[in-house]
Amino acid sequence: MTMKKALFGVAAIAAFAAAAPVQAEKLIIGLASEPTAIDPHYHNLGPNNALSRHIFDRLINQDEKQRLKPGLATSWKPIDDLTWEFKLRPGVKYHDGSEFNADDVVCSFKRAPDVPNSPSSFATYTKGKTVVKVDNLTVHFKTAQPYPLMGNDVSTVPIVSDSAGCNAATEDYNSGKAAIGTGPFKFVSYKPGESIVLSRNDNYWGDKPVWTELHLRSIKSGPSRVAALLAGDVDMIAGVPTTDIETLKSNKKLQLSQGVSNRVIYLHLDQFRENSPFVKANGGGEIKNPLLDVRVRKAISMAINRDAIVDRVMEGVAIKAGQLLPEGFFGVSSKLEPVAYDPKGAKGLLAAAGYPDGFEMTIHSPNDRYINDAKIAEAIGQMLTRIGIKTAVETMPRSVYFSRASKGAKGLPEFSFILVGWGAGSGEASSPLKSLIHTYDKSKGFGSSNRGRYSDPAVDAVIEEALRTVDDAKRQDLLAKATEMAIENVAIIPTHFQVNTWAAKKGLKYIARTDEYTLAIGVLKE
Amino acid sequence: MSVFIIRRLLQAALIVFIMSLIVFFGVNVIGDPVYMLVSPDADQADIEKAIERLGLNLPIYEQYFKFLNGAWQGDLGDSFVFGEPALKLILHHMPATFELAFTALAMAIVIGIPLGLYSGLYPEQKISKGIMAGSILGFSLPTFWVGLMLIMLFAVMLGWLPSTGRGDTAKLFGLQTSLFTLDGLSHVILPALNLALLKISLAIRLTRSGVREAMGQDYVKFARAKGLNTSRIILVHVMKNIMIPVVTVMGLEFGSLVAFSVVTESIFAWPGMGKLLIDAILQLDRPIVVAYLMIIVLFFVVINLIVDIIYSILDPRVRLQDQGA
Repeated sequence: MTMKKALFGVAAIAAFAAAAPVQAEKLIIGLASEPTAIDPHYHNLGPNNALSRHIFDRLINQDEKQRLKPGLATSWKPIDDLTWEFKLRPGVKYHDGSEFNADDVVCSFKRAPDVPNSPSSFATYTKGKTVVKVDNLTVHFKTAQPYPLMGNDVSTVPIVSDSAGCNAATEDYNSGKAAIGTGPFKFVSYKPGESIVLSRNDNYWGDKPVWTELHLRSIKSGPSRVAALLAGDVDMIAGVPTTDIETLKSNKKLQLSQGVSNRVIYLHLDQFRENSPFVKANGGGEIKNPLLDVRVRKAISMAINRDAIVDRVMEGVAIKAGQLLPEGFFGVSSKLEPVAYDPKGAKGLLAAAGYPDGFEMTIHSPNDRYINDAKIAEAIGQMLTRIGIKTAVETMPRSVYFSRASKGAKGLPEFSFILVGWGAGSGEASSPLKSLIHTYDKSKGFGSSNRGRYSDPAVDAVIEEALRTVDDAKRQDLLAKATEMAIENVAIIPTHFQVNTWAAKKGLKYIARTDEYTLAIGVLKE
Repeated sequence: MSVFIIRRLLQAALIVFIMSLIVFFGVNVIGDPVYMLVSPDADQADIEKAIERLGLNLPIYEQYFKFLNGAWQGDLGDSFVFGEPALKLILHHMPATFELAFTALAMAIVIGIPLGLYSGLYPEQKISKGIMAGSILGFSLPTFWVGLMLIMLFAVMLGWLPSTGRGDTAKLFGLQTSLFTLDGLSHVILPALNLALLKISLAIRLTRSGVREAMGQDYVKFARAKGLNTSRIILVHVMKNIMIPVVTVMGLEFGSLVAFSVVTESIFAWPGMGKLLIDAILQLDRPIVVAYLMIIVLFFVVINLIVDIIYSILDPRVRLQDQGA
């Protein structure tokens, strides 16, 4: 029997080969960062989530603009205030041939928040939800309160197989034993620190990738990554350093793909301390925190020459920002424009607020987290000094920066004026509003990254209402309204949106993604 | 004799213990790994859970006792980032670093000694002066820059060698090494050369000064007078004498090749211990940093211990002095 099958298989392959010679299409990508595991539930972090999208599917996929598209679920809708119904895609097969059904969904949502040793779990997206199997191709997600962001949350959790994956340990995934998904690529090999090799899943339910073989190599050093591309050792690289973009553009053998990301770079200002540690009167004396005055905050925003930051510091590879997300995202306000550069007006506002001669301040920034972060902080320091706010610049590695900026020595943010970035993983405006703008509230999980401790009950109310509103149109308006109120009050000062750059051999085009992921399925041949 | 060894063993144990204190507490002063690990979307409760899971909620001395307790049983803790035992990860990356260091050392010997010999024998020739000038460059150019230049020249412009990464590996004595496959060798040449550059210069200078000194000595004159031909004098008699310092220094330098491979490994995306360490430092993966440093400390302590013991066997004065002290 098996012999017969094998013979048949050989015959089939031979016939197929004779009919249309199968071309091996190999793609090698040089990544800027390395995934820490093959286990898709192990570490909820960019590089891991990007990798897991190759091998595993989600119920809902986010497209290149993070819009929700059917994945393993063909449709989803709320059937009452507290229940969402997901209809699953029939006939989907795992890489090992077993069939996908509702059991896989139930057990995946159980495993995702609870992987041993996980440094950052998916509990953020799974908590408060009970997953119930209705029949083989229907599941219900139940919540205690109305929950409009169900689709966004569900789109982040990879689905693993009930039989092969749910009870497997992270090592089983890394060895390949449990790395069995429904995704466009199959696991071949994983050498930590070296390479990950995948092959095409010819039975994929969706658009099959062009590539039969995929190698992902991590080359963290920027210049080496560019050199590897120039040498032809890799076909495409992610994270092209801004300084190299111009030279690569003029190289006829290469082709660049660029796209705005969901990441806004912004300034947070201390708005909760009467005496802010890094704000001083001229000459270094104590002063009542001027950042509490909205006029001062406005003056700072007006003093920042966003065009100069985009053109000079970012070499044109950024988009100036007037709110939390670039246009096109859900919940973005159509009324907000980037604040215009107006040093005179800024000086006038400072004088009106009682600081005609300005004051002294320090801006803190990481120097290895965002594109050109330290350089931006230096530019901002100079711009503010020009209107009389004598600004010192202090930059530090992110390993030190984020813990000090978030909780300092006494559990409170340590700095007065900081440069930070925020990427909206959910792809809509509630993510930054909830974490950056809402009053810091540990019990409700709001304002977890509100490092300026901005607090406005009116804005909070609108955000919370949006988070209860299931109707998309209404929620969109509420999110836009909350954004407008916060920007009007200068809760934070957005400077620009990051633009990411990929470089590839001539003839390869990458569909740039706002979530900054590098996915082989988005690499197309021209 | 045994008293001496016991005393030395106790001292070594004390050093390892003190180092564990310094390393553990030193690493724990810097930053907070939780903020490096959790997704920005995580709320306060998620962050607290992550802190608990990593055991960072315990007071620092309790964390240290936990570490000591594990270390005693050969468990140096689990990596925060990879969730696997730190020791296992380091051992896994060790062959890559050692094959790089061995190749670099081989290059230093094969390239450095003949060049040093030549420039020592004919110090006035232009070629010799060129070699010496080159060795100054080898000493003074920063590894980082040279590495990038090597990639630009041999990988990008000439296209002879691959730019980064480690090639195919083959199994030898249970270890995966890339030194016995053609692809692996082509990958190892550039990073090894980059790492070896300083050692080549060192070998040139040591050999040259040794040759120049030896050539004027009586035994060489005598050999000449006896009518031995030049090649025999140089290759047998001179070489024998000048090799002692060269071998000693090169042996010592092997340790530093392993320790200073960090820069080369990051430029060439070489998956060795150095790259593991630098990534761990940047991400505050404390268990790996601590385990790595503890292994290095142990490594040096053991070497020194063996050297001390051999000395005391070879030279009774060491023992006597020790007893007198």
